[in-house]
Amino acid sequence: MARIRPKGNGPQGLPGISVTGRRAGTFCLLLVAALCAQATRVQVFEARSLNHNSANQRLTVERYARPRGDILVGDVAVTGSVPTRGRYAYKRGYTDGPLFAAVTGFASQAYGTTQLEGTEDDLLIGTDPRLGGWAVWDAVSRRQNPGGNVSTTLNRAAQEAAMRGLGAQKGAVAAIEPATGRILALASTPSYDPGSFAGSTSADQEAWNRLQTDPDQPMLNRALRQTYPPGSTFKVVTAAAALAAGVVTDPAAPTTAPFPYVLPGTTTPLVNDTAACDRPGQSLSAAMTASCNSVLGYLGVRTGLDAMAAMAENFGFNDPKLDMPVRPARSTFDTRMDQAQLALSSIGQFDTAATPLVMAMVAAGVANGGTVMRPQLVDKLTRSDGAVVRLMKPAVYRRALTPAVAGQVQKLMTDVVESGTGGNARIAGAVVGGKTGTAQHGVDNSGTPYAWFIAWAKPAGSDAVPPVAVAVVVADSDATDVSGGALAAPIARSVMRAVLGR
Amino acid sequence: MATPSAVTRSAAAPGRPVRPRRTTELVLVLAAVLAAVYGYVEVGADLDGAVPADAVEYGAALGGLALAAHLTVRRWAGYADPLLLPIAVLLNGIGLVAIHRLDRATPGREAASTQLLWSSLGVALFIAAVLLVRDHRRLRRYAYLGALGALVLLVLPIFFPPVYGSRIWIVIGPLSFQPGEFAKVLLAVFFAAYLAVHRDALALTGRRVWRWQLPRGRVLGPVLLIWAAFVGVLVLETDLGTSLLYFGLFVVMLYVATARTGWIAIGLGLAAVGAVTVGWLSPHVHSRVVDWLDPLGSIAAGRGANQIAQSLFAFAWGGELGTGLGNGHSVLIGFAAKSDFILATLGEELGLTGLIAVFLLYALLVSRGFRTGIALRDPFGRLLAIGLAAIVGLQVFVVAGGVLALIPLTGMTLPFVAQGGSSVVTNWIIVALLVRMSDEAGRPAPEVG
Repeated sequence: MARIRPKGNGPQGLPGISVTGRRAGTFCLLLVAALCAQATRVQVFEARSLNHNSANQRLTVERYARPRGDILVGDVAVTGSVPTRGRYAYKRGYTDGPLFAAVTGFASQAYGTTQLEGTEDDLLIGTDPRLGGWAVWDAVSRRQNPGGNVSTTLNRAAQEAAMRGLGAQKGAVAAIEPATGRILALASTPSYDPGSFAGSTSADQEAWNRLQTDPDQPMLNRALRQTYPPGSTFKVVTAAAALAAGVVTDPAAPTTAPFPYVLPGTTTPLVNDTAACDRPGQSLSAAMTASCNSVLGYLGVRTGLDAMAAMAENFGFNDPKLDMPVRPARSTFDTRMDQAQLALSSIGQFDTAATPLVMAMVAAGVANGGTVMRPQLVDKLTRSDGAVVRLMKPAVYRRALTPAVAGQVQKLMTDVVESGTGGNARIAGAVVGGKTGTAQHGVDNSGTPYAWFIAWAKPAGSDAVPPVAVAVVVADSDATDVSGGALAAPIARSVMRAVLGR
Repeated sequence: MATPSAVTRSAAAPGRPVRPRRTTELVLVLAAVLAAVYGYVEVGADLDGAVPADAVEYGAALGGLALAAHLTVRRWAGYADPLLLPIAVLLNGIGLVAIHRLDRATPGREAASTQLLWSSLGVALFIAAVLLVRDHRRLRRYAYLGALGALVLLVLPIFFPPVYGSRIWIVIGPLSFQPGEFAKVLLAVFFAAYLAVHRDALALTGRRVWRWQLPRGRVLGPVLLIWAAFVGVLVLETDLGTSLLYFGLFVVMLYVATARTGWIAIGLGLAAVGAVTVGWLSPHVHSRVVDWLDPLGSIAAGRGANQIAQSLFAFAWGGELGTGLGNGHSVLIGFAAKSDFILATLGEELGLTGLIAVFLLYALLVSRGFRTGIALRDPFGRLLAIGLAAIVGLQVFVVAGGVLALIPLTGMTLPFVAQGGSSVVTNWIIVALLVRMSDEAGRPAPEVG
């Protein structure tokens, strides 16, 4: 700027146009400087909050700008990406939508993501930093990595067997590989097609609304997100706790269980479903085979609340974060109750409630010599070029039982299948251990009972850990004879046969 | 601005050898064309993964125009400032790229080819102006006629239907024309001519109110009347941006001519009163003020993002380095994305870096205009050059400040860049006048004006 003040250049010795012009020019440059400052404010300091504003469509547009990574079962992708004509270039597609819906969940432009589509979203859309090479350069050049792929631990044959077995009934199946915790099947019926509302058109909206208002709740993941009273299948836990605590040492020896067994502090006897149970002093083995409520309720109380709760928690009860990586609902076994409630809880009633996944963990833990493996659904994460980002490693969840006690419980379970209520699960050429359950629920037990079956199986003569453990629940069946052995055991059997290849 | 330029020095010392620097201009013009062609290619490369087939034709068209303009300057205005033309070419090229890029996102509403046509007309008028206006002082004669013509141009749109709430267009069939754009040049000529004659009287006579010397009504009257007529018409047309521009131009030129700081105080006072009144009375303007005070307010109110919010989203998404041409989503802004909001596209795809570069181009253009004014010797020329430069500077501020939510949005075109025929043609004429006057200022053997 001109610092000199010319005399007489302008009128009355005022500064002339050379000076005022420069001042005016400086003023214009200050205006430009103000623009630069405001641009910096918007583009640097406020950029983050503006980018994440709910009304800003950019994150969503970018998210669907490229094909999404795939979810694989075995080596086969069960998902795909469908080009659209809309603002969001690609939408999710599913090769067998209803078959794997309980595993994949959905990835909808309008309704977000769930299940694996949700937990692995960063990897699938390509923003996971593990996919990139040079983080700094990628940030500068805004290079977007193609989405990575998620390989599941699922066994397609087992999954198909589970869905076929459940058929038109409401229910769920969870199958686990006991030695590793790999989830082999995860089925929930009625199912839905997650591809039907993957886009953002009015047709997608209609499909979504239809599913949301369907009284059968097809989008409820009954294998993970719904808990049911486990009924008599919980007696496996009670038997294991009684043996581990030394309340029973020889399953074949008579116990001190009375008959009738009146719930402590009440005048109500704990009734049995079969007359075979209606005598005192029965052995644990006989009580399991006939599924005697009075004996197992008595033994649960003898074992005590703390030991019972600890054993239940060994199998995944009361764990709110049993992520695999999808988070299941919390299975519950109360830690504060009186003895009458403990007796009921010991036979899987009262407030005891479990997801099919946790009941599969019970069977798997027993089958694996007492070591409960953490359930896992993701086998490996890979980049689009096939390079492995992360490989699943089996992890011990809890060491619930000693191998000796586990062997005793295994024997109890094989007895159930060979000579008890679980005969429908028998497989030729295989050793099968199981436990039936028929759980009352509703006001005054008015609801259609839940039919349960948990089991494991291995080829006959094999000393290895059984390759499959399974839990099946059938809820609200139309069948006249609702029992675990009749409804659930055949489904478990076909899932186990699929895994065993028989 | 801080150091006296070579142009000034050569003018102050006649007879010294001057280097007209026409080759510098040629190199810069070619660089500007290359930059624009590169932008065109990058849009195609990012959207189609291939170099667009018509890149050569596009480059040839822009290059041909630029070369014709350069040769005209070289032959008939050899002492002109060598930066004016390259900056105009570069800004026009950037604008064409941005409009072409937005065309790709709005199929069926192509605007780039029309804009290229208008740019050709602009360059033709540039050449004509450089050739015809051999001495800018002759423009003084037409000052009053020009003012009258400008007023007519401004009044005409009142008889045409409003477009987007403003009556500033003349629509004849497929052609639409915004006469206010061109009227501003005529108004600058009038102000310059009037103030050059009456500046002493304005500065020295009149009565004194406290510390301020107010001019006599007889002197100020006509100019105030003309100004009031303009602003009144514009308020009727609810074109607040242009009235703000005219008002700013008036205050700046009055100050430059008289050096009376009192004018600035009075000007700001009047502007404040006017702004509050209009903001209060006109619902169109009122909503703009509300949006400016809280750009994201409509989102919280459940009405979704308004245009200002969408514009801010675009800028923010660009961040420091931008998404690269073709990779942004500024089309979400909706209507006027290619005209009033074109800066958001630049901000999103070129980032803060590119945006500041564009701002600096304008700053350079404006400062060259002011420098031309200071270097000239005749008061009319000085005021006219400064006035024309101020028009560009103020318009950039009003537009860019609006879309960046620094000031309320008023809806104007970004000089050379935004879609709009009248705008691009007018700006080429402004640059032609500046070229002509800088040639006069840089001539080694000046006539005494």
